[in-house]
Amino acid sequence: MKRIEAIQKVSNLLKDELVIHANGHICRESYFAKDRPENFYMIGSMGLPPAIALGVALSHPERKVVVYDGDGSVLMGLGTLTMVGSLKPKNLIHIVFDNETYGSTGEQPTLSKYVPLEKIALDSGYRICEKVDRNENLDEKLKIVFTEEGPSFLLIKVESSDGEACPRVKLSPVEIRDRFQSSI
Amino acid sequence: MTCTTLSHDFWKQLKQKGFNFFTGVPCSFLEDLIACVSEHEKYLPAVREDAAMGVAVGAWLGGRKPVLLMQNSGLGVSYNALTSLNLIYKIPVLMVISLRGYQIPDAPEHLIMGAITPQLLDIVQIPYRIPSRESLEEDLEFCITQMEKQQIPTALLMRKGIFGG
Repeated sequence: MKRIEAIQKVSNLLKDELVIHANGHICRESYFAKDRPENFYMIGSMGLPPAIALGVALSHPERKVVVYDGDGSVLMGLGTLTMVGSLKPKNLIHIVFDNETYGSTGEQPTLSKYVPLEKIALDSGYRICEKVDRNENLDEKLKIVFTEEGPSFLLIKVESSDGEACPRVKLSPVEIRDRFQSSI
Repeated sequence: MTCTTLSHDFWKQLKQKGFNFFTGVPCSFLEDLIACVSEHEKYLPAVREDAAMGVAVGAWLGGRKPVLLMQNSGLGVSYNALTSLNLIYKIPVLMVISLRGYQIPDAPEHLIMGAITPQLLDIVQIPYRIPSRESLEEDLEFCITQMEKQQIPTALLMRKGIFGG
């Protein structure tokens, strides 16, 4: 499955969940698939999405907070998984679209081909860690992470899609901030 | 670790000003302050200073008023978060940064960062003060005013011994 299809599938399930996005094509494709005020498009600071999500989740335990992350981003902020795993916010859902490459810089390989990120998340203390290798059981796994108590981690192996085909996020960072804040 | 009177007073000032989310990475200069904060608050230990900044940003988006405690070495670690997150999205966080290697003899690894810490903040136009015990309250007030006005992080650069010890 292409990454954009996976993103569309997850985004179609969203109700009022707050979503923190990893920088790069994930922002673009999610913006294209389903833009919503609850989406925080993080355009810089690679590696920080789960940290930001953790801060939001701890401040609003009544709201579900989802991370749309990438494999390169998770690897860059790997230590943050231990913070999520230690504090165990029940309302945090960490979804990783893993194409095993740094997509927006020219498809250079990441190390996620060799490193099972979902196992690192499990050992870091996430309550639920799932992996989807092919399309078949994505619906079932999504149901688990969206309904059971978190923090949960879902690694979805995807093929790269042409992120450049989707427009850049047209909102300014301050607009993204204001819209996100007023949706909380 | 002990919560000295000086650090307790400072924590109380922070509380009075509405700060209600504390995270960071420790420094020995801030040992007493971190002890104090941990005693009274849910202090969230971060693995790196940029991760701490990320959590603080999330907390601010969620309506909290965050404080980030760290060593000046951590300013280097969090510099990208400052430039590509806080400063462009306009997200204020109060940074309490210890000044290892600044105008004092210190271990070699602190000397370069110690010498340039204020300049690093100048370059990105982050307002800061280097308080004395006497000016601490006023300097905190300055940081708060700047955060409200500019909606960006500000810093209190803490010399060795400011909280006793």
